[in-house]
Amino acid sequence: MNKDIWVFIEQVQSNISGASLELLGEAVRLKSKMKNPGKIVAVIIGSQLSELIQVVSMFGAEKIYVADHRKLRLYQPDYYAAILTHLIHQEDPHILLIGATYIGSQLGPMVAIRVDTGIAAHCVELKIDDNDNLVAVVPAFGGKLLGDILCPNYRPQMASVKPGILEKPERIEVQSQIVPVDINFLSLVEPKLKPVGICCHEPKGVPLEQAEVVICGGWGVGDAEHWQMLEKIAAKLGGAVGCTRPALDEGWSQGEHTMVGTSGKSIRPNVYLGFGISGSTHHVCGMKDSKLIISVNKDEEAEIFNFSDFGLVGDIKEILPLLMQSLGIS
Amino acid sequence: MALKIVVCVKPIPDPAYYKDITIDPVTKTIQREAIPTIINPADKHAIEEALKIKEKFGGKIITLSMAPPNVIKNIHEALAMGADEAYLLTDKKFAGSDTWATSYILAKAIEKIGGIDLVITGTETGDGGTSQVPSQLGEWLKIPHLWNVIEFKIKNEKEVYLKTKIENGFMEWKCKLPMAIAVSREINTPRYTTIMGVMKAKKKPFQKLTFDDLNLDEKRIGLVNSPTQAGNLHLLDLSRKGKIIKGSKEELAQFIIDNLKAGGISVEADPIICSCEGETGNE
Ligand SMILES: Cc1cc2nc3c(=O)[nH]c(=O)nc-3n(C[C@H](O)[C@H](O)[C@H](O)COP(=O)(O)OP(=O)(O)OC[C@H]3O[C@@H](n4cnc5c(N)ncnc54)[C@H](O)[C@@H]3O)c2cc1C
Repeated sequence: MNKDIWVFIEQVQSNISGASLELLGEAVRLKSKMKNPGKIVAVIIGSQLSELIQVVSMFGAEKIYVADHRKLRLYQPDYYAAILTHLIHQEDPHILLIGATYIGSQLGPMVAIRVDTGIAAHCVELKIDDNDNLVAVVPAFGGKLLGDILCPNYRPQMASVKPGILEKPERIEVQSQIVPVDINFLSLVEPKLKPVGICCHEPKGVPLEQAEVVICGGWGVGDAEHWQMLEKIAAKLGGAVGCTRPALDEGWSQGEHTMVGTSGKSIRPNVYLGFGISGSTHHVCGMKDSKLIISVNKDEEAEIFNFSDFGLVGDIKEILPLLMQSLGIS
Repeated sequence: MALKIVVCVKPIPDPAYYKDITIDPVTKTIQREAIPTIINPADKHAIEEALKIKEKFGGKIITLSMAPPNVIKNIHEALAMGADEAYLLTDKKFAGSDTWATSYILAKAIEKIGGIDLVITGTETGDGGTSQVPSQLGEWLKIPHLWNVIEFKIKNEKEVYLKTKIENGFMEWKCKLPMAIAVSREINTPRYTTIMGVMKAKKKPFQKLTFDDLNLDEKRIGLVNSPTQAGNLHLLDLSRKGKIIKGSKEELAQFIIDNLKAGGISVEADPIICSCEGETGNE
């Protein structure tokens, strides 16, 4: 039985996805905690992968399985799951890590059924126990509760982690062994599901996860006009705007990628400024690691004040125009 | 073309109460008994999508829930929205199942119901929130499945066109029924129940199924047999000092500006001067 740690490498327009890069770094860290460590192994599936292989080999992968074929260009769940299942049956890895991205959130649990093992979802921390086994820390009840998840009797021990939870790794030099995967067996897989197109657009502005100041708006912002003020203030400060689910549902915010919370982004800016947010567990768990938390709410009893450094009791509709004025925004 | 649709509906403890959840210091178990249950919000979008499909193509909507027996109220709500029939899988042997075991039990129930064209679920639940059951259910049923579907159109002869969400965009797909889909929240707006609906709900077929009704391997279900096992639990202490600041709107705005500066954010701001003369303006 080997102790190899595998990472599924996902790509975004021929680049390694942030989640996969973070997981490679995590694999290096986990390996260093093991008494009898195995290898770090990356699995890349797709088409025209040479650049991606280069990147992966700079971040600690000692062995890289490459399934490179034109019909793998777009993610097709049956093909991708079949390749991972095939490799797992052949090599019996100890641990398999996968990003909890849109694709990974489907692929991970699929593979777990096919190879008959357990998978811990949306982990916020990964640890190694005395037996070199994986301990995955997962949130429940909107993040109010964290629980250790173990998978003692099945292999591989699988875990998914959302992008932005783990640190971005440093480069490390290792000699990577590149192993092409023979995918002839895929001719036996006849998927009924056909990917026919993909459409991506670069979101504008500073990414939420990288902003030093995040201005978050909730349902209490009240209308699109006041939302515009949040956007302008954030732009002026070089920050980004985040939102709660009701603000997303109202259509005020720029989209799902700006939602902060258990179902959205986890952020840790220097300053978090919240406007009209009540303080539900689902939201707070996404911003709790911010250095300074300031919240504005007209309700003195608002729950969010318990989770803030400063709770300002006031009406957003009065405060936002003053901030605009002070920052010289017209 | 009448379609037979199963919608998975999970009763969950109401998220509004999660901040009050505690761990029993002696038994180390989660104390959540007092929390009322609601239909998992994402699952209402699944019911709505089924209703829209039925309105267009005809058919039958069957809800499937796995929960303790005291969730009849939630099941009636799903029926009141317009579902035709409901099954509740309830047995002590099911308790504590992880996503592997849960999806296995749900799949066996769907096989028992039989002849299903489409399985619809939400994308995530408010309590466990793993998002894993929909895809695992599709695997057990050995039918194509997609997660986070934002558009679902049935063309002729059960051929379907779908869109799923990905980071900063979407993917488009073609498929044939039967299949399983987990619908995203933006796919529709769930309808409210009506008084007529509520009255009808109580007369609709409702059946409980237990372990004995399903062809299940007892060694693969429940808490102890699930592949993943829960270890230590920690309650997160999210609280901060929460200093309450009151004052005029000008003072509050100035407070924000000052703290942005203190937090290392570069701010070129003019001092905020009170517009109501004579009060705090010249301090
Ligand atoms: C499965 C699931 C996942 C979820 N995931 C997320 C998630 O990732 N992120 C997320 O944010 N939510 C999520 N939610 C929703 C979450 O539970 C809450 O419903 C949501 O966070 C509440 O948003 P809010 O604070 O903006 O709105 P509300 O709770 O409606 O609060 C509005 C606040 O604004 C204040 N207010 C109103 N007017 C003014 C004014 N003029 N001036 C000052 N204050 C004012 C009010 O006092 C109130 O406190 C999820 C829910 C579920 C079920």
